[in-house]
Amino acid sequence: MTKPKALFEYLIRHADDTMILGQRLSELCGHGPILEEDIALTNIALDLIGQATELYEYAAQVENKGRTANDLAFLRLEREYKNVLLVEQKNGDFGKTIVRQFLFDNFQLLNYTQLLNSSDAQISAIAEKSLKEVKYHLKHSSEWVIRLGDGTEESHQRVQESVDDLMRFVEELFFQNEVNELLQEDRLIGDCEEFKQQFYKNVNNVLTEATLTIPEIKYHQKGGRKGIHSEHMGFLLAEMQYMQRTYPGMEW
Amino acid sequence: MKEVNISDLERKFEERIAAEIRIEPNDWMPENYRKTLIRQISQHAHSEIVGQLPEGNWVTRAPNLRRKAVLLAKIQDEAGHGLYLYSAVETLGADREETIDDLHTGKAKYSSIFNYPTLTWADIGMVGWLVDGAAIMNQVPLCRTSYGPYARAMVRVCKEESFHQRQGFEIVTTLAQGTAEQKAMAQDALNRWWWPALMMFGPSDAESKHTEQSMRWKIKRHTNDELRQMFVNATVPQAELIGLKVPDDNLTYNEEKGGYDFSDIDWDEFWQVVNGHGICNKERIEARKKAKEEGIWVREAALAYAEKRAARRKQAS
Amino acid sequence: MSNKEWPLWEVFIRSKQGLSHKHAGSLRAADAEMAINNARDVYTRRSEGISIWVIESNKIVASDPDDADALFEPSNSKVYRHPTFYTVPDGVGHM
Repeated sequence: MTKPKALFEYLIRHADDTMILGQRLSELCGHGPILEEDIALTNIALDLIGQATELYEYAAQVENKGRTANDLAFLRLEREYKNVLLVEQKNGDFGKTIVRQFLFDNFQLLNYTQLLNSSDAQISAIAEKSLKEVKYHLKHSSEWVIRLGDGTEESHQRVQESVDDLMRFVEELFFQNEVNELLQEDRLIGDCEEFKQQFYKNVNNVLTEATLTIPEIKYHQKGGRKGIHSEHMGFLLAEMQYMQRTYPGMEW
Repeated sequence: MKEVNISDLERKFEERIAAEIRIEPNDWMPENYRKTLIRQISQHAHSEIVGQLPEGNWVTRAPNLRRKAVLLAKIQDEAGHGLYLYSAVETLGADREETIDDLHTGKAKYSSIFNYPTLTWADIGMVGWLVDGAAIMNQVPLCRTSYGPYARAMVRVCKEESFHQRQGFEIVTTLAQGTAEQKAMAQDALNRWWWPALMMFGPSDAESKHTEQSMRWKIKRHTNDELRQMFVNATVPQAELIGLKVPDDNLTYNEEKGGYDFSDIDWDEFWQVVNGHGICNKERIEARKKAKEEGIWVREAALAYAEKRAARRKQAS
Repeated sequence: MSNKEWPLWEVFIRSKQGLSHKHAGSLRAADAEMAINNARDVYTRRSEGISIWVIESNKIVASDPDDADALFEPSNSKVYRHPTFYTVPDGVGHM
């Protein structure tokens, strides 16, 4: 594998993470359980789609085959999307949406913090801008995890179930292969193993305050980074790609 | 003695209205003025909230990254506008959740336009260009409405709405200048949205039961027909500019009145939709009810947590 | 129970350094953190603010509009509090 290819692959992974989660959150637009939260979640969706746009743009530039950010976002096959399984999971109830967000925010915070030191100016610039957004996302999701966990008996039970369900997708956030190794050689990216412990510590601190527990996970789910997704993904893409597939090559 | 007092207060109130002095929440106001405002502002708030749904129908299918972000931001604004307006309603002593319940039981109305379906991407353009365009016609004069909190909410709303119509017109323009398929999509959408947009201004002046009193109290500043005429005058040239045909064979410019003459509105259709028999009425309300019901446990949890924490802090100090 | 509402909060926003906080509107929130977050999302979507104050609406003490005459009219007659009350000779420049 060449370095530009590795960089493209790396950018696509993270662009897809933010794009697909943004897409999931946008499903809630107008349907959020509380008006104020509808606005908050839409803000987060907007930030994520903004991050996706920058990452796709850079990926398109690195690939240098004439594909645009929109081509990358809307015109690949399911197997070519490299997002983690966590972000494509359905919204579920508000608690599940929040737990999914909370886990992802925690990862993004540490990952972008590490990327601030990237030897690639464009990556560190994206990281710097995104980090401000992610700090707010994490504050928002953490506060909600605590409210729901330590709220009523019903909310505690619901949100614990979501934690139990979603923790099996967490390990995949730390997936690394030769793509990462190649990029680490030139310090374009860091080794996410370095902050894995911190991640679990941060997650655990909030869950403890929320009177929630991390379940023992025997079998971790992964596959997204290799383009092998859950069954939800096809439907999500069918909707997201509808216009581009139905009316190929048009300007909107 | 009391009689004299009330009429005295009423006289003072009317004087303030006449002198264009805003009425504020704690000021004395006639009960009917309060009721009229609660009805109108909550109806307006409900329209913003229900209005999220036809657009939300396309947010997951928006054709590119830019359009998706813009549409999300726009729908988010609608939610914000709903909030500003519910806040204004609450200054009148009405309870937000109760007014929302009135929406869910069908007691309170919202703008009928949102009971029409958004069937193609061009419809999203039409919603911005025509529906927001019509809403702006209605709303700009409301920035000078006599009730302070309503006027202030409308100033915010109007400031933020200004991009909504432009983004809609941009979508439509792109389609009108696109492929034959895209142009047909735009024309079809215009054909479906034109008349409902004109209906947004409400029944004709002769039929409108609230207009006269509302005008006297300066809650409303123009009659329904005046606003409708302003909208037609402003919009027809825009359609011509981008090569779309307004679906009205009787549309002609009347030099004498300095505006367009146009066909009569199909009032049967108007009342059918207002009275709950549009294609989407049921779904719109169901969607809002579902959102509220799914939020109950969340609201309760947040409240329980706030109480618990307050108690803990008290104990600690 | 299902209609038990979150408390109402009043929101004050400082739009830029050097200006005072100004009332922006109100919103509902279960606690202060949520009120700040919601205020940020509801009232500063277009960078309208750099600082937010929130306070529960029922904690605000307001003057009674019926007392308005007694409270505020006396100051109307105290024109000597305003600089334009005083005449100064031409040519004195800015004072």
